[in-house]
Amino acid sequence: MKQTKNITPTNMVCICCPLGCSLTIIKSDNEWLVTGNKCLRGKKYAAEEMTAPKRVVTSTVKIAGGLYPMIPVKTEQPIPKEKIFTIMNILASVRAVAPITMGDIVIKNVADTGVNVVATKTDKGMPF
Amino acid sequence: MAAALAAHQNHIKNILIIERDLELGGILNQCIHSGFGLHHFKKELTGPEYSSLIIQEIQKTNIEVMINTMVLKLGEDKTIHAINSDHGYMKINAKAIVLAMGCRERTRGAIRIHGSRPAGVYAAGTAQRLVNIDGYLPGKRVVILGSGDIGLIMARRMTLEGAKVEAVLEILPYSNGLTRNIVQCLNDFAIPLILKTTITKIHGAERVEGVTIAQVDDQLSPITATEKFIPCDTVLLSVGLIPDNEISHSAGIAIDQRTNGPIVGELRQTSKDGIFACGNVLQVHDLVDFVSEEGALAGLGAAKYINNDFDSSFTHTTIADNGISYIVPQKINVKNITDKLKLFMRVKNIFENSIINVYLGDKIIASKKEHKFLPAEMISFDLKKQDLINNSEKQIIVKIEPII
Repeated sequence: MKQTKNITPTNMVCICCPLGCSLTIIKSDNEWLVTGNKCLRGKKYAAEEMTAPKRVVTSTVKIAGGLYPMIPVKTEQPIPKEKIFTIMNILASVRAVAPITMGDIVIKNVADTGVNVVATKTDKGMPF
Repeated sequence: MAAALAAHQNHIKNILIIERDLELGGILNQCIHSGFGLHHFKKELTGPEYSSLIIQEIQKTNIEVMINTMVLKLGEDKTIHAINSDHGYMKINAKAIVLAMGCRERTRGAIRIHGSRPAGVYAAGTAQRLVNIDGYLPGKRVVILGSGDIGLIMARRMTLEGAKVEAVLEILPYSNGLTRNIVQCLNDFAIPLILKTTITKIHGAERVEGVTIAQVDDQLSPITATEKFIPCDTVLLSVGLIPDNEISHSAGIAIDQRTNGPIVGELRQTSKDGIFACGNVLQVHDLVDFVSEEGALAGLGAAKYINNDFDSSFTHTTIADNGISYIVPQKINVKNITDKLKLFMRVKNIFENSIINVYLGDKIIASKKEHKFLPAEMISFDLKKQDLINNSEKQIIVKIEPII
């Protein structure tokens, strides 16, 4: 098994700059062969997207006693893309309590990613 | 807030911020996604995080804040007529006023979609507030018209919250959203983006039951033969923003027909002495960082005006020529500039392999070359004060030209 070739090439658009190069990626040996990129950033982006795509999830959770019914949250670090909906389901079952400060941990180590979900806003509660 | 902070830094003692909502921060509070602050704070923040950091700076000062307060009118004599539940009707007099009312969304009425009037048709930003602040999901099966950034962000947001987004439709042959948003909001969730297509009819009696969509020709007219029905219970419209200048009109401030915002000078002074404007009420921005920057300019202008260190005449005008849809500021007084002047502009169409040149007479004083200029991305130029002084020409002309 010298050459393991991924026969169907993957297409994606590079998001490193406004150019938006159309990339075509083929796996060859242990390397990703990227074409269509006009600079080196495109190659790096494609390799990351092919091996371990990650995203920061931003959403809201319910808050009791807050100024509004919801408080915005995010994952402190990017999490594996395939865990997005697992995390969304966990967020739907969580309830925060006011007062809460921006940066407070809402969920520790969400979905075993090693990443915390934190509040992205301060809510001191209803003023009246 | 940025204007108030800048005025404070320039030794203005009595500053009041009037806010209609229950908290400071404006639209940032509902923009819970990240991507804010890369320029201003040098890190990627969510909307509420960005506004919180600025609010913290406000709280360190003696700047007064009046929330839950509606400005009804701004008189030609600079009297602010406002109302809230604590004080009732108020008349407030100020030496200088900075307008920062932001913008409103274009509605179904503005683009005249045929059909019935069922529940379930929302402006995308309204839906964003319902989901992110009030905690309501406006619908379960969604068609989004318009592929600007708000439309794209809402496609992802509705999907994450369990709705099915059938498609995002765009009447133009290209999306006006950032490529990053197309990838991370649509491609990540396999939501189709259908270009050169619009909604021709909304169906449903009580609730939206579906939409008829059709491709458009080069004149943007729907082609009847291509009509297709998509069942859905919700339509989100992301079809443009209009600066909210009702208050500016009442004060008799001159408006630029291209930006729909006040005509302003280098420190964002309007046609009305002592009234300044900044942010989306002036021109629809892409990045909040530039809004903060513009707010600081207006705050500085207001401070200089109060300190009698402000020259209200103009020395130069800017002219949006070939391919440029508008330029802010429209007028310039070099005497109020320290060393650099920033011009903001947008191009009318997509231009590939082009160069934007800034002319003062025959002389090019700044230029920018790109593989691609997009109408969706605001372009800025730094001009040197020295270049403007050392030339007798008074018209700054900006045009886009092919690279030869």
